[in-house]
Amino acid sequence: MSWIKLNNSYNDDKVIEGCSLFGMMNLKGERFSSKDPVRAIANMHDRGNGLGGGFAVYGLYPDYREDYALHIMYMDEDAKKDTDCLLQDNFSIQIDEEIPTKEANVKDPPLMWRYFVQPKKGLIQNQSDDDFVMEKVMKINTKTGRAYVFSSGKDMGVFKGVGFPEDIAEHFCLEEYNGYLWTCHGRFPTNTPGWWGGAHPFNILDWTVVHNGEISSYGINRRYLEMFGYKCTMQTDTEVLAYAFDLLIRRHHLPIEVAARVVAPPFWDEIDREPQEKRIFLTALRQTYGSLLMNGPFSIILAHQGEMIGLTDRIKLRPLTAGVKGDFLYLSSEEASINLVSPNPDRTWNPKGGEPVVGRLGGMGLKELIVRGVIQ
Amino acid sequence: MKTYLEPEYTVERDDDRCIRCKVCVNQCTFDTHYYDQEDDKVYSKNENCVNCHRCVAFCPTQAITIRRNPNAYTTNDNWTQEAIRDIKRQAEVGGVLLTGMGCDKPNYSYWDRLLLNASQVTNPSIDPLREPMELRTFLGSKADRLEFELESRDMVLTTKLAPQVCVEAPILFSALSYGAISFNVHEALARASTEFGTLFNTGEGGLDSRLYGYGSHTIVQVASGRFGVHPDYLDVGAAVEIKIGQGAKPGIGGHLPGEKVGPEVSRTRMIPIGTDALSPAPQHDIYSIEDLRQLIYALKEATDYTKPVSVKIAAVHNSAAIASGIARAGADIIAIDGVKGGTGAAPKVSRDNVGIPIELALASVDQRLREEGIRNRVSIIAAGGIRSSADVVKAIALGADAVYIATAAVVAMGCTVCQRCYTGKCPWGIATTDPWISKRLNPDIATRRLVNLLQAWSAEIKEMMGGMGVNAIESLRGNRLHLRGVGLTDTELKILGVKMAGE
Repeated sequence: MSWIKLNNSYNDDKVIEGCSLFGMMNLKGERFSSKDPVRAIANMHDRGNGLGGGFAVYGLYPDYREDYALHIMYMDEDAKKDTDCLLQDNFSIQIDEEIPTKEANVKDPPLMWRYFVQPKKGLIQNQSDDDFVMEKVMKINTKTGRAYVFSSGKDMGVFKGVGFPEDIAEHFCLEEYNGYLWTCHGRFPTNTPGWWGGAHPFNILDWTVVHNGEISSYGINRRYLEMFGYKCTMQTDTEVLAYAFDLLIRRHHLPIEVAARVVAPPFWDEIDREPQEKRIFLTALRQTYGSLLMNGPFSIILAHQGEMIGLTDRIKLRPLTAGVKGDFLYLSSEEASINLVSPNPDRTWNPKGGEPVVGRLGGMGLKELIVRGVIQ
Repeated sequence: MKTYLEPEYTVERDDDRCIRCKVCVNQCTFDTHYYDQEDDKVYSKNENCVNCHRCVAFCPTQAITIRRNPNAYTTNDNWTQEAIRDIKRQAEVGGVLLTGMGCDKPNYSYWDRLLLNASQVTNPSIDPLREPMELRTFLGSKADRLEFELESRDMVLTTKLAPQVCVEAPILFSALSYGAISFNVHEALARASTEFGTLFNTGEGGLDSRLYGYGSHTIVQVASGRFGVHPDYLDVGAAVEIKIGQGAKPGIGGHLPGEKVGPEVSRTRMIPIGTDALSPAPQHDIYSIEDLRQLIYALKEATDYTKPVSVKIAAVHNSAAIASGIARAGADIIAIDGVKGGTGAAPKVSRDNVGIPIELALASVDQRLREEGIRNRVSIIAAGGIRSSADVVKAIALGADAVYIATAAVVAMGCTVCQRCYTGKCPWGIATTDPWISKRLNPDIATRRLVNLLQAWSAEIKEMMGGMGVNAIESLRGNRLHLRGVGLTDTELKILGVKMAGE
């Protein structure tokens, strides 16, 4: 059976799950260990059922920050051989090693490999490096169904698998790593046996998503993205979220605040009350990107290099709490986890439905004309 | 020639209940009832009865019952009563059989074999009485992407947006032409559209200048006869629609008999009083897709690119390819009218045999436009046989941006779908221009009934959407995962793009 089949073995419309989310970012870019993120996500143990846990870490590989770090799961040795050939044809490979792991309370870990690569010069025509890498990642993931790239960004990495998040952290020896931004996920799938690739975070290039919820608009979100060449092979709504942000931000160059307004737009009666210019803007956004409105309950933590974004659906059917202490921004499904790792925070608050919380390195924020008070 | 046709219906009158008020006599426009002074009794000529129920509804003592004539020919599944009657009628008159309304044959409806989803446990349903539930829909060509410029740290939209029309629910009133229907009906449609926040379509008979005040809620139609098309007419509408075809009679033109062309219809249609208004089968300046492009852009030029231009076609075998061509020809909206679509008059053979069901046409058009990456360029309006809010929801989920309703609208105003629109004697005052008959349709009441219908359907759509856990219509549009099929073959499921129930 291939990965793709494993991910949604009953061919349900989409993977359905409930979850715990935690995100922690040092806004000055100072790197810190896995200790607090792991404690925080472990504190929400009961929100998962042991069928998936994972972490995304940014500022992870400073020594190789110019290289794409590919984390790949293999179902068997043959898949690795095939994939290695494909990689050698397309990339110059700096480092090629097994991802260090240790015994932990996890089930059937697959073979996991890590590569630091650069696209081969001369192969790229009329294409950005990112597009080239994305194309190859999609190719590996769909070609055999036995190799799965679960991390493909620069200076960042995803570690994930079947188990509770604290066990996954132990398995991957996360105590050895440092980063300035960690997002964490504990999973409660309802309808899949749980396989290592199905855990969160989901990743494409340096974008990651951890997601709690069910996207009731999945059917149309998926069909819309298919028009732009995205192949939603995994049949999960999380995948659709990742591609939506990739389309809006990387390809259509929308700022994150505007992209958030696409997936969780204001209601028409709110838009109608805005001054004319903003009303036209928000109306155009809904008219153009209505098919990317993510409807149904979700909270997500989205991250890429230098940014962490928390967002819920526009009527906030899933929880998300934010907290700030010193240079740290916290996002969590439950406030208790913030209090655990950061007693007496400067402040905690519950963002409104559809209102993004954005943590950014440096002071490169847009003037907040378009959206209501974003950076808290 | 002695007719061999037996009355289709028989009128039974309970003499104990009848109070001889003669309402039935006065209301029937087919002269079915008459009062005999000597007997002091009301009698009926069964052969005139069309089963419109006008007398039944207005009889103050419920004395009248109309039944299908129990005299039936020998039962035969091939030689049905209808087949035999049709032949006898043709043998007597030697002409094309006319009929009105949409196809009345079974098996063409897929709505009833599609079922909707609802939330349970893993996602919450949303209560539309407590939470916002958005049906607002914009029709017109959408950009593939939006572009901005940063000007002194403000985002400024640089994408030029195509003109749009806004409706507060994805339900529009479909084309009903003035002349085929009375002024009062047009007035009610215009007022209801304005009050509710949707659009009505003038049909191909122009727009009486008394209704220009409702122009912002009007789609003005340009059809093969070009009746009533002039600069003011194009200017006054919110959108312009080119009518290529109609689901009830694809490939066939129209014929408004001269008797229906009185002074007002004459003025509006710009034809002499009493002349037949003949709409040619094709538009004679459109013999190919590139000609359509010219007309689309001629209308856009004429309206200074301020209004969306719609192209209405009948659902036929190659709808998907045709729709793709229409999108590429520059249309902003494509209206597709299925085989169940209604009409004021059509050859019966055409109504019942030509065209395909809207469900299949809609599904294949939406899918084709997506595969070609041009679905954003056009809005799709599905028409032809939408009977309920559930049909609307299913049409949206299959991929329509909105639906057109006309039969449902006239039913709301009183019509009982007796299929005699082509006679010009509509006893409900709808499909007629006879001043005596048409004044029985009170525009105030008809407006109220239409608005009520739209409100009722909107409330029901909100309930169904809330049950599915979505609070904006755009999350339902094209979302076929909210549909499941029952009693459909694999091929039907494939074309509809839906899974089997239980799957």
